[in-house]
Amino acid sequence: MEKFTTIRSTAVPLPNEDVDTDQIIPARFLKATTRDGFGDNLFRDWRYHPDGATRTDFVLNNPLYTGQILVAGKNFGCGSSREHAAWALGDFGFRVVVSSFFADIFKGNALNNGLLPVQVSPDFLHDIFTAIEIDPKSGFTVNLENQTFTINASGKTETFPIDPFRKTCLINGYDDLDFLLSLRGEIEAFEQRA
Amino acid sequence: MQKTLFDKIWDAHVVTTAEGGQEVLYIDRHFIHEVTSPQAFAGLRARSLPVFRPAQTIATADHNVPTKNQHLPIEEPLSRSQVEKLTENCTEFGVELYGLGHPYQGIVHVIGPELGITQPGQTIVCGDSHTSTHGAFGNIAFGIGTSQVEQVLATQCLLLKKPKRMRITVDGRLAPGVLSKDIILYIIAQLSAAGGTGYFVEYAGSAIRALSMEARMTICNMSIEMGARGGLIAPDETTFDYLRGRAFAPQGAAFEAAVEQWRELYSDPGASFDQEYQFRAEDIAPMLTYGTNPGMGIRISEVIPTAPTPGDSVASFSKSLEYMGFDPGESMLGKPVRYVFIGSCTNSRIEDLRLVAQFVQGKQKAAGVSAMIVPGSQQVAKQAQAEGLDKIFAAAGFDFREPGCSACLGMNEDKVPAGEYCVSTSNRNFEGRQGPGARTILASPLTAAAAAVAGEIVDVRNWGIEN
Ligand code: SF4
Repeated sequence: MEKFTTIRSTAVPLPNEDVDTDQIIPARFLKATTRDGFGDNLFRDWRYHPDGATRTDFVLNNPLYTGQILVAGKNFGCGSSREHAAWALGDFGFRVVVSSFFADIFKGNALNNGLLPVQVSPDFLHDIFTAIEIDPKSGFTVNLENQTFTINASGKTETFPIDPFRKTCLINGYDDLDFLLSLRGEIEAFEQRA
Repeated sequence: MQKTLFDKIWDAHVVTTAEGGQEVLYIDRHFIHEVTSPQAFAGLRARSLPVFRPAQTIATADHNVPTKNQHLPIEEPLSRSQVEKLTENCTEFGVELYGLGHPYQGIVHVIGPELGITQPGQTIVCGDSHTSTHGAFGNIAFGIGTSQVEQVLATQCLLLKKPKRMRITVDGRLAPGVLSKDIILYIIAQLSAAGGTGYFVEYAGSAIRALSMEARMTICNMSIEMGARGGLIAPDETTFDYLRGRAFAPQGAAFEAAVEQWRELYSDPGASFDQEYQFRAEDIAPMLTYGTNPGMGIRISEVIPTAPTPGDSVASFSKSLEYMGFDPGESMLGKPVRYVFIGSCTNSRIEDLRLVAQFVQGKQKAAGVSAMIVPGSQQVAKQAQAEGLDKIFAAAGFDFREPGCSACLGMNEDKVPAGEYCVSTSNRNFEGRQGPGARTILASPLTAAAAAVAGEIVDVRNWGIEN
């Protein structure tokens, strides 16, 4: 997994609430057997018309908005457990998703793939959207070490929660499996007891 | 100390606690399917790891399979390659596969219980969010992502933060024509699509106790639709009777010994929950969803709200109604419907099919309606045929298919065309879930069957239902 350092970037605003994983990556694009290439179909039905033509009104098709940060409305990532949603966001180029509320499974999947879910207060989320509205090229800074998200223009900063173990994993580029594999002896001992 | 059922099972499965407080949870049973497992096996290969406990993983092919002509090779090349990949992986890593053509094949959450693989007190995972279904037997069952599938394959463990506990109590008696699907749609409408996030839910109360195992599975199945990781119901005589004699359940004296242990699986009186809700069965009516998340539900006799339910924004609410082609304040009764889907891990078991058959016997689906019934497994299909249900469906003009997920998620060719309404017994009404542009209305199997017969949305209580 790629190591996560401080990220400074512009952001893409997606104020919709309850964005479910069927929107992030529709089921019909889950037929691949590798982790690559899902970015092409990220938000497929919001990005393209059924005939393949680009939907010019969707934010990912608006050249004004670019960056490694996606800012979304609350309850982002609800629905299916498909990790393909996290792969698609990462493959497209996002490293951070900001929302005031994340669905559980999505949050775990994102963290397992080096995509940082940043949970902020509804008011701060509103401030971020406003900053982008005022200036689409508005910059933001995500500092994982200090667990802070900063709106560069105003300097407004909010801290975000993250499990300390997950944080260490992200910073060092480890994943859960490395840790679990190191526990093999204990797992076998548990099986004997149970 | 008084413990909840959830705590009893969880605590018994903790191998160790990691720094930072996350726990390493031992997993008893792991189900896999073709869509969320290939990358996990690829990960094992990349690290040269075997499957740690192959006997604890069971595979089936369900999401991507056609529901017609399953004896022929899958036509769609990508689906075929995914199903073939599953077979290759299972062979290489020594995992039991109930693939196409196997008498045990079916939707992963239907086959686990019907084979008796799913048992009380276990920890169960699968790379699929509706793994919560298995919780109906009094176990901790939840969906995981593919990286976690790989972790379970490699170590039989997961690193997790313990969820909070919620109890939802439903007391009283359901009115005729009201099914367990209506209970859960009602609960989600009350709590919203995010109301259970961070929790594991225990369902309790006299209305839950009165349900059959299959009806309980429908409730636990949709726990994820309010954001909860899973749902569970304490096992009781109904549970034990269901499991007795199932293929992979303990047999004879071993079964009776297991039952003695399973009887310990309940929340101690006075055990404390982080959140509690109480509902009355008498308040529940046949339910429908009008929007694009499962929390947007109303009783069939109500009108679509004129404002978003608390917590949702006006923009999301309007976008949702626009997608569905509905107006705020209107009734859904009488809305013409041309597609009906009866199936999915929520409602494709033999009892669902019996209910539908009983209702449609001697009736005809309305002209121009496409009504599909997709059994949850080969065993369900076989049982339906043995009981002659297939003939009843055929006579009524319903299309009885072969088992799989089918139009629940539209990965195979079973899709609803853009702009069309589909009354569906599945669990998700997200935009495009049943095909690009499809408009899904979630309902019980009875409400769905009645819509097929009437060609429009009707209140099944006016059709002389006794139950
Ligand atoms: S039937 Fe639908 S919800 Fe159930 S496992 Fe299949 S795709 Fe998922």
